[in-house]
Amino acid sequence: MTVAVPVLPSQQLAALNETYRAAMMRKRIRFALASAIFVAALMIAAIGAEVSPGTFVAKIGNFVSYFDRIATLESGARVWSDIGEWFWGWQKWLTLLGETILISYVGTLAGAILAFALNFLAADNTSPAPWLRFAVKRLMEFCRTVPDIVFALIFVMAFGLGPMAGVLAIMIHSVGALGKLYSEIVENIDMKPVEGVRSTGASWISCMWFAVVPQIAAGFASYTLLRFEINVRGASVMGFVGAGGIGQELVVAIRKFYYSDVSAILLMIVVTVFVIDIGTGWVRGRLFGKDVRA
Amino acid sequence: MSLLPPPERERLRAQYPDVFARPASARLATPAMILAAAAIFAFGLVDLDFSPARLLAGFHQLGWITMMMIPPDPGSSLPAYLVALGETLSIALLGTTIGALVALPVSLLAARNIVPSGIFRFPVRRFLDSIRGVDTLIWALVWINVVGLGPFAGVLAIAVADFGAFGKLFSEAIEAADKKQVEGIRASGGNALHEIRFGLMPQVLPVIAGQVLYFIESNTRSATIIGIVGAGGIGLQLAEQIRVLEWQKVSFLILMILVAVAAIDWISGKLRFAIIGQRALA
Repeated sequence: MTVAVPVLPSQQLAALNETYRAAMMRKRIRFALASAIFVAALMIAAIGAEVSPGTFVAKIGNFVSYFDRIATLESGARVWSDIGEWFWGWQKWLTLLGETILISYVGTLAGAILAFALNFLAADNTSPAPWLRFAVKRLMEFCRTVPDIVFALIFVMAFGLGPMAGVLAIMIHSVGALGKLYSEIVENIDMKPVEGVRSTGASWISCMWFAVVPQIAAGFASYTLLRFEINVRGASVMGFVGAGGIGQELVVAIRKFYYSDVSAILLMIVVTVFVIDIGTGWVRGRLFGKDVRA
Repeated sequence: MSLLPPPERERLRAQYPDVFARPASARLATPAMILAAAAIFAFGLVDLDFSPARLLAGFHQLGWITMMMIPPDPGSSLPAYLVALGETLSIALLGTTIGALVALPVSLLAARNIVPSGIFRFPVRRFLDSIRGVDTLIWALVWINVVGLGPFAGVLAIAVADFGAFGKLFSEAIEAADKKQVEGIRASGGNALHEIRFGLMPQVLPVIAGQVLYFIESNTRSATIIGIVGAGGIGLQLAEQIRVLEWQKVSFLILMILVAVAAIDWISGKLRFAIIGQRALA
């Protein structure tokens, strides 16, 4: 079966084609220009970062063989052939892993409590005064832009080596990150309950407690759990700067080339992160599930 | 308001027992959870050696350090710091780009609408998950062992860490793409590669570009810290100055990082808007 496709007269077609070509050309030129700028930026960056493809090609074999080496015991056998030998320090490592999770837990919870107290001052609709809102917002921005490990470095100097510095660093960073997310939730609430509570002559704190908090509790809990999960990852490297947790053992193992220890500790960290990931996911599902039913 | 007559009340009570007497488990759940959370918190404080005396002494020390930080002053090392900052930005840009380029083909393998077979997709996904489970700093340490100290190790560390994250994000973007355009290409006789190039990529690329820009921004932050373990950039300077207690230089470096992050934030915001705007036009 043949179908006749209507073809426009060639004159009209030529004009349309011309417009189409011009439009495509403009798009292509813009794309080429953007790519050229991007490639130029990459070249400059490559020089700045001392990238040398030669070194990379020469050493990439090392990278592959590194994984071979961390999968080999000192006796030359594969690590999984002798689990007991591979995880010879499991008691010590498990304790440190527990410490890592505890650092993350205490830091997240303390940060969440502080962020909870501060976020009502930072949200557009609940802040008592504009200058206060501005100050709190800038403070939170500072807390979340400076990486937590930099805080840890400074706190190690002030509070001494040990997990305390790690907890405080994670706490400060969590205040910044959670404070922002919390205040965004608060900005999206329904304001009618607040007006209702205020009309009874309640104070600002009562307004927050009875009208705002019931609306936001589930969202807050969800973000806090997510943050806890991120912080476990962060706490696993706090030991690099002496702020407690499993990181200390890992950095020693990597620096001193205790290959099978590296793989054992890495495996334990990855498994822990997975478990926490799945666990918090499950709890979040439960929390939101309950909310939907109510 | 008048109370309901007693028989009516009894009937309602019988009909909705949950409303009148919530089971003890439901009433006690929230306080029990809070109590458990507080108990773990208290245990943590004790186990991690928190003591009021240590806290007080630490805050005293911290206050002193803060006083020493003011005013921020680079001394005579400003040029070196600017070079280090440039290095950091280079690490972020290059690392993110390499990570994205490598992740793109792998993300196709992890997407359900490209590779329907779960047997093949599952290992790819788990592989990406395990890469993401390892922190950028750890990757930096590994790469230092391989290519030596310096910013190149930082670039590779960021690239590997991003590869894990991008692989997941890209494959999610690909799975969310509209199927009709792919079917259109297939109907007009295109092969599998044509389907990906002309049916999928035009839909997915703007999303991917937005994610890459966002990662360049967040990697500027990561790139500032990988120097702490010796992988180049401004973190190296920062860690050194903290160790030798040059607090004025430390505060200057932190300020530089804040300004750089804010600048990158602003630029990538503009670029993202330009890309999305362009897409709306097309």
